[in-house]
Amino acid sequence: MLTILFDGIAYGMLLFVLACGLSVTLGLMNFVNLAHGAFAMAGGYITLVLVNRAGLPFFAGLAVAFVVTAFIGALFERTLYVHVYGKSPLDQVLFTIGLVFMAVAAVDYVMGSQQVFIQIPSALQGRFEIFGVGVGRYRLLIIAVCGILTLALQLILSSSRFGSRLRASVDDARVARGLGINVNAVFSLTFAVGSGLAGLGGALGAEILGLDPTFPLKYMVYFLIVVTVGGTSSITGPFAASLLIGIADVAGKYYVPKFGAFVIYTIMIIVLILRPQGLFARAAGK
Amino acid sequence: MPPALVGKVAHRLATRARWRLLEYAFWLAALASFFLLPNRHLILTEIAWLALFALSLDLILGYAGIISLGHAAFFGLGSYLAALLAKHGIVNEPVLALVLSGLCAAVLGFATSFLVLRGSDLTRLMVTLGVALIMREIANQIPDITGGADGLQGVVIAPILGLFQFDIFGHVAYAYCLIVLFILFLLARRVVYSPFGLSLRAVKGNPLRAASIGISVNARLVTIYTFAAFYAGIAGALLAQTTAFASLDVFSFERSADLLLVLIIGGTGYLYGGLIGAVIFKLMQDWIANLTPQYWQFWIGLVLVLIVLIGRDRIALRTGGVRLLAERITRRFAPAAAPVAVPPGEGS
Repeated sequence: MLTILFDGIAYGMLLFVLACGLSVTLGLMNFVNLAHGAFAMAGGYITLVLVNRAGLPFFAGLAVAFVVTAFIGALFERTLYVHVYGKSPLDQVLFTIGLVFMAVAAVDYVMGSQQVFIQIPSALQGRFEIFGVGVGRYRLLIIAVCGILTLALQLILSSSRFGSRLRASVDDARVARGLGINVNAVFSLTFAVGSGLAGLGGALGAEILGLDPTFPLKYMVYFLIVVTVGGTSSITGPFAASLLIGIADVAGKYYVPKFGAFVIYTIMIIVLILRPQGLFARAAGK
Repeated sequence: MPPALVGKVAHRLATRARWRLLEYAFWLAALASFFLLPNRHLILTEIAWLALFALSLDLILGYAGIISLGHAAFFGLGSYLAALLAKHGIVNEPVLALVLSGLCAAVLGFATSFLVLRGSDLTRLMVTLGVALIMREIANQIPDITGGADGLQGVVIAPILGLFQFDIFGHVAYAYCLIVLFILFLLARRVVYSPFGLSLRAVKGNPLRAASIGISVNARLVTIYTFAAFYAGIAGALLAQTTAFASLDVFSFERSADLLLVLIIGGTGYLYGGLIGAVIFKLMQDWIANLTPQYWQFWIGLVLVLIVLIGRDRIALRTGGVRLLAERITRRFAPAAAPVAVPPGEGS
């Protein structure tokens, strides 16, 4: 029982790291980025190549995954995405679906279509027991890393200068511009960090979520669910939503395997009907 | 209303709905393809049901402005129903099974239409996507009935009307699909040129204003969504009947996404958009798949990205020019007709 809760929390934390970039993109620019999962996949494959083929240590691989994906994110944002911001949601959806298709086929071409695994250090494998609760070492690591990241994000958002600029831009981009905040630059940086976090999440999660070229399509729904359920106005909303979805999904698959995937889809639809702004969103002012 | 005005409005509507020369040409070409391209009937069959599916999406996207990422839900339901009806011999006659499948899809469309009434475009995207995913999951979780991940095999389709047996060359299948497509196209044409169709355009343009001139926005949206679901169900049933097979693939996200591409290629907001899009898409897919069988999705993705970057408006402007020219030519051949206003606002 507690083991399931533990696994669910690890899963939820992972989802949060993967999806928080998307929530900011949506909240800040109202941009529907279905290609977010592609960045996660990129992070996963970068780590795979570095760790399995080049023999880099696992943690160094994670760090490089973050940096490189963030760089790719910034590059894409400046060269491609920037042309699509002002367009209708339909255009944005078409554009990002196109990117996903290209990413899926390109990775398939370069890396092959089979599922792959990143070699994790033996110290992180296996599980041990605390007070009768089975705890997987790797999952514990995930919780630790994601927990630290979440705290850091929360701190940056709530008390740094950049954080207050970002919050101002999300709240009302026009007024923020009027106050001399360079909203576009704020956005570029946030997009890059969000992509980097997705890449890190993809690398960390390869062990649990699996990694193959269809990753962006498979998990796109999960990211979107996190964002829609959590709302886009804060970071705590998506965080709570991620935990909720993670625990519900793991518990659902364990207790009622027949209805496994229904649980989260149903949660999503119910939330969307009752609270279109998200469960934890403030009453929308816009 | 004074009778003179009624007459004027009726005349106006009738002029709008008159068949253009190019439309005759289009359907004559379709008819000719049956006789002139007997070796290509298999791919033409695919084009025909895809065209119907795209027409269905156009009804809600192009005419009512509802973005859907889950139109495959209705397509898939129709597909599985048609296959199941035939497999268990519940309804053997294909045409009857076709209509039944379409009606069931319409029921699902009606039930889920209330979900798309609320919220922004993003909410609609998510809800429609969610519905399609749930449908796929249902089909996946009841393998006793649907065959699960292996698909539904052993389907035998009875002869159409008891007379025409499906053959492996797709001759009967193509004729069947083409006829169904034509009949449903006529129906859709009747609907979008009716006052109801005009009110839909008003709703798409600005729901608030539409409501304030007395159009019950929600009722219109529910009606057209249900109607479109019926079309999608029929398209799915056509696929199942012509291939005698149904698999989870019919519900997949890629199917809904490809469908959007089909419609975007052809252009939204006019009935031939889906049809022309289906022709171009299938030919393109066929051609690319011959070049790189495994990676054709990459090029499809590239086309999507390019279309958005170049701008759909700009592309629509091109085709709009062609249409304007066509109108002009048509008018020259039909001098009695009063000048017809070209329906504006084909973009977005």
